[in-house]
Amino acid sequence: MEYQSTSTLLSWMVFTPLLGAVAILLAMAFRGTLRLEGKWMDDFARVVGVASMTAVVLMGIALYLGFDGKSTAVQFIHHFVWIREYNIEYFLGVDGVSITMVLLTAAVGFVGMLASVPWWGKLDDHHHPHFSKRRVPGYMVLFLLLQTGIMGTFCALDFFMFYMFWELMLLPMYFLIGIWGAPTRTEADGRVRGGPYAAIKFFLYTLAGSVLMLLAMIALYYTSGPATLVDGTPTQHTFNLLYLARMGQQGLFAGAAPILGMAFSKVVFVGLFIAFSIKVPMFPFHTWLPDAHVDAPTPISVILAGILLKTGAYGILRFNFSILPEAANWAAYGIAVFGAINIVYAAFVCMAQKDLKKLIAYSSVSHMGFCLLGFAAMTPQAMSGAVFVMVAHGIISPMLFLIAGVVYDRAHTRDINGFGGLASKLPEYAGITGLAFMASLGLPGLAGFVGEVLVFLGAFGSAIAGFKVLVMVSVVAVIITAAYYLWTIHRMFLGPLNEKWAGLWDMNWRERFTLYPLAVLTVLFGFYPMPLFDLMNPTLGWLVETVSRVGNIL
Amino acid sequence: MPAQLTSMSSLSLFAPELVLSGAMAVLLVVDLLLRESPSKRRVLGVLAIGGLLLAGLALRPVACEAPTTFFSGMIALDPMAVFFKGFFVLVGILGVLLALISAELETVRIGEYLALILSLVLGMSLLASASNLLMIYLSLELVSIPSYVLAGFRKGDRQGSEGALKYVIYGAVASGIMLFGMSLIYGLSGTLDVQDLRRVVFAAASNPAISAALLVGLMLTLAGFLYKIAAVPFHMWCPDVYQGAPTPFTAFLSVGPKAAGFAILVRFFHVAFVDRSGAGAAAGLPWPVIFGIISMSTMTLANLVALTQTNVKRLLAWSSVAHAGYILMGFSLANSQGVHAILLYLILYLVMNLGAFLAVMAVRDATGSEDLSAYRGLSSRSPAVAISMAVFLFSLTGLPPLAGFIGKFYIFAAVLNEGGLFYYALALVGVVNSVVSLYYYALVVRAMFLESAPAQSPRLAVSPAYVALLFTLVIPTVVLGIYWQPLSELASASLGLYIGR
Repeated sequence: MEYQSTSTLLSWMVFTPLLGAVAILLAMAFRGTLRLEGKWMDDFARVVGVASMTAVVLMGIALYLGFDGKSTAVQFIHHFVWIREYNIEYFLGVDGVSITMVLLTAAVGFVGMLASVPWWGKLDDHHHPHFSKRRVPGYMVLFLLLQTGIMGTFCALDFFMFYMFWELMLLPMYFLIGIWGAPTRTEADGRVRGGPYAAIKFFLYTLAGSVLMLLAMIALYYTSGPATLVDGTPTQHTFNLLYLARMGQQGLFAGAAPILGMAFSKVVFVGLFIAFSIKVPMFPFHTWLPDAHVDAPTPISVILAGILLKTGAYGILRFNFSILPEAANWAAYGIAVFGAINIVYAAFVCMAQKDLKKLIAYSSVSHMGFCLLGFAAMTPQAMSGAVFVMVAHGIISPMLFLIAGVVYDRAHTRDINGFGGLASKLPEYAGITGLAFMASLGLPGLAGFVGEVLVFLGAFGSAIAGFKVLVMVSVVAVIITAAYYLWTIHRMFLGPLNEKWAGLWDMNWRERFTLYPLAVLTVLFGFYPMPLFDLMNPTLGWLVETVSRVGNIL
Repeated sequence: MPAQLTSMSSLSLFAPELVLSGAMAVLLVVDLLLRESPSKRRVLGVLAIGGLLLAGLALRPVACEAPTTFFSGMIALDPMAVFFKGFFVLVGILGVLLALISAELETVRIGEYLALILSLVLGMSLLASASNLLMIYLSLELVSIPSYVLAGFRKGDRQGSEGALKYVIYGAVASGIMLFGMSLIYGLSGTLDVQDLRRVVFAAASNPAISAALLVGLMLTLAGFLYKIAAVPFHMWCPDVYQGAPTPFTAFLSVGPKAAGFAILVRFFHVAFVDRSGAGAAAGLPWPVIFGIISMSTMTLANLVALTQTNVKRLLAWSSVAHAGYILMGFSLANSQGVHAILLYLILYLVMNLGAFLAVMAVRDATGSEDLSAYRGLSSRSPAVAISMAVFLFSLTGLPPLAGFIGKFYIFAAVLNEGGLFYYALALVGVVNSVVSLYYYALVVRAMFLESAPAQSPRLAVSPAYVALLFTLVIPTVVLGIYWQPLSELASASLGLYIGR
C-alpha cells in the first residue's frame, strides 16, 4: 500500500482554474438573472480569471515551502481509484523535477493572465478591437481550462490521467489561437495564413503525436506486470507511472515480446518520443511552432513558449527516460544529434527572420534543443542543466513574447526592419528588451547562461566521444544567437528614429506588472541558481544514476 | 431443436415486442380518430413514447430469464439481446422526440412517421435476437422497408426521393446477395438454425472443401449485414440517403439500424463461428482478417471523402461510415473484449451522433440550410447550439475528456491486447484515421467559432426544446468521458450469448 494520499493541495492547484471556468460559464448562462450584461460580464470574467490564477500562485508558494528538497520521493500525493475496471487511478504528486515545472506553470500562467486583461494601460484599438476586449468570457474560460490541462500534465502520475490532461491542453489552445489570434490573411506569395490556419496546424501536429502516445500507453499497460491499486487491490496491469518506472528499471519492458520484429521497448520509446518531441518541438516536427506563435495573441504565446513546450521535454524525462531506460541509452546519441540540429539550424533560421515574433519563436526551437542535448548526455550536470534550461527558457521566452506584444500593440507591425531608433522614444522598453535579449543569448549573470553552460559542460564530459563533436558544433550557435539578437537590437532601437514611430509611447503599468517580475527572476536565477538546483538535483541525480546503471546492465 | 417451451408459454418472453406492436396499432388508430389540431402532435408523441417506455418496462422481467431460445428456436433471449432491445427502445424514444420538435415533419403525417419508427424499433429488436437464418432475413427486411419509406418521407423533395430510390435499389441488391449466401449455407449445412450451424461448422473444420464453400456463403451473407452498418463496399447509399432524408430520421438511421446491424453481426458470427475457448475464429475461416480489412478500408475511404464535404449532413454521413469502420476493428478480434468494446462504443456513439444531428436540425430549422456556410459565426448567433455541436464533434473525433475517446480507447486497447502484425497495423491505421477525421470535424467548428457571421445575419431563433434536448445529450457526452465505469459494467454484463449445446 504505497503512495497513500498526503495532501489535496495539488488537486486544488490543478482544478482551481477549472472551478473559475465553471463559475464564468454559470454566470454566462444566468447573466439575465444576475444582470451581468456587456461590460460587467467581461469584467466579472476577468476578475474570476485573475483571482483563480492568484490563488494558484499562492498555493504554489505553499507547495514550495512544504516541499522536502532533500528527498527523492514523490510528495503531496493525492491518490484514489478512479476507474477500477481498467486500474485507472486518480494520482497526483510532485517530485523534484515536476515541482519546478508546477511552480513555473503557476508563475507564467499568472503573468499570462495579467497580460490578458486590458486594465492598467492604454490600448490603441482603433483599427481592430484588441484581443483582450473581444469575447472576454469565452477567452477566460478557455484560458483557465488550458491552465488546468497544463498543471495536470505536470502533476499526473497515472498514465491514463496524464493522457487526459495532455489532450485537454489541445482544445483550449485551438480556440485561443483561432479566435483571438490574427485574422485570416493572404500573404504576398499567395499562401493563406492567420489564426485559424495556425490553430488547426497546431492541433493536427499535436494530435498526430498523441495518438502514438495512446498506442504506446496501451501497449505498456498490457505489458506491465502485476501491481496493486492504492486501496490494496491486486491487479494484473497498471497505469501507475511510478510502478511502470520501477518495472522498466527492472528490465520488464526490455525483455517483453518484440513488436513486428523490433524490441518492444524501442518501438514504444519511439512512439512516445515522437509524441513528446512534436511538442518540444524537435526538428523536423517544429514547423507548427512559428505559425502558432506568429498568429497567437501575446498571452497565449507566453503560455505556449513558457510552459506548453515544457510538457514535451518533461514527458521525455518522465516517460522515455524513467520507464524505458535501456531504450533511452540506445536512443541517446540520436536524440543528441537532433538536439544539436535544433540548436544550430534554428539559430541560423533566426538570422533570416524579419518578423520579431517569428524570430523569437525560432529562438525557442533553438533553446529547446539544449534540453534534448542535455537529456541525451545523461550526466548529472547535463541533466540538471537541461531542466534548468527548461525553467530559464520558461521565464525568458515569455518576456520576449511580451516584448513583441508591447511593440505590436502600439505599432501594429512586427517588422524588425521597419523600426529604427526606438531607444530614444521608448527608453524603458529598450532597456527591458536589452535585458531579455541578453538573457536569451546566454550572457553570464542571467538565467539563460547557467543552464546552457551546464549542458555544454555535462555533454562534453559524457563518456561517448560523439558528444564532444556535438557540443563543439552547438557552441557555434551561441555566437549566431548573439549575432541575431544584437542585430535585432541594432535594427529596432539604435540609429536615427524612424519618424513614422514618433507617436509611440513607453511601457504602461500592465506591461510593467508582467515584465518586471520575470526580469527579477531572470537576474535572480542568473546570480543565484541554487534554490532551483536544491529542488531538482536529488531527483535528477537518482534518475541519472538509475538510467545509466540499467543501461550498463541490460 | 432446443424447443423446451411451447409457443404459448413463451409469449411472455416476447412481451416487449408485443407491446411495441400494440402501441403501433393504437398509434395508427388514434391518428385517424383525432382531428387536425396543434395538440394532435403532442398526443401522438406521448402515445409513441408511452408505448416505448412500456416496452422498456416489459423488458425488465424478460431480462431476468435464463438465456434460451423460443418460437422453435427462431428467437434467442440472452443478455446481449436484452441489451440491444433496451438500446433500441432508447433510440426509439430519442427518435420520437427528435421528430416531435422538428419543423421538417408536418403534423398531418406525424402519426404515420411515429408508427413507422415504432415498427423499425420492433424490427431492430427482432434482428438483435434472431437466431435462425430465416428470421434474420425477415427482421432485416422489417428494418429495411420502413427505412425506405421514411427516407423518402418528404413528398415532392427531389433529393429525398433520389436518396430513397437509391436506398431501395441498393437494399434490394444487398438482400438478394445475402439470400443467395444463406441458401449456400443451408445447402452445405442442411439447417437454418444458427445454433445447429455452429455444430456443422465445427464438425467441418477438418474438411477444407466445405470450409471454402462455407466461406463463400458467409461472404455473400455478409452483404446484407454490411449494408445495414454502411461499411465499404456497401456504403454507397449512405451519403445520399442521409442527405435526402428528413434530418430526424437521418439521426435515427445513423444510430438505430447501424447498431442493429452490429447486433446481428455479433450474434451470427459469435454464435456460429467463434471458438469460445479463445482460439478466435472457428473452422479455419479467416473472417476476422476479412473484417479487419473491411474496417481499414471503410474508415480510410470515409475519412478521406469526408474531408471535401461542404454539406454538414453529408459530412456526418461519411463520419458515420467511418465510425462503422472503427467499430468493426473491435469486431475483427473475434473475442469478447472486442465485443465489449463494441457495446460500449455503440452507447457512446448513440449519444454523440444523435447530438450532432440534433444540432444540424436546430440550424436547419432556423436557417433552412445544412450547408457549411450556414454555420458561419454560429457561436455568436446561437451559442448554445454552437457549443453543443463543438462538444459532439470533438467527441466524435475521440478527444478526451469526452465520451468518444473512451469508446476509441476500449477499441484500441482490445486490438493492441490481441497483438500480432495484423492487429498492430490495424491499430495504426485506426489512429491515423482519427487524426484525419479531426480535420473535417474542425472545419465545422472553424465555421462556427473562428469565422464571423455574414453581415446582417440575425441571432438564430432556436426553440427552447432544442436547447433542452441538446443539453440532455451534452451532459452524458462530457460525464461519460470522465466516469464511465457503470456503463462499462453494463456492457460486461451484456456479453452473454445463448449457445445451444
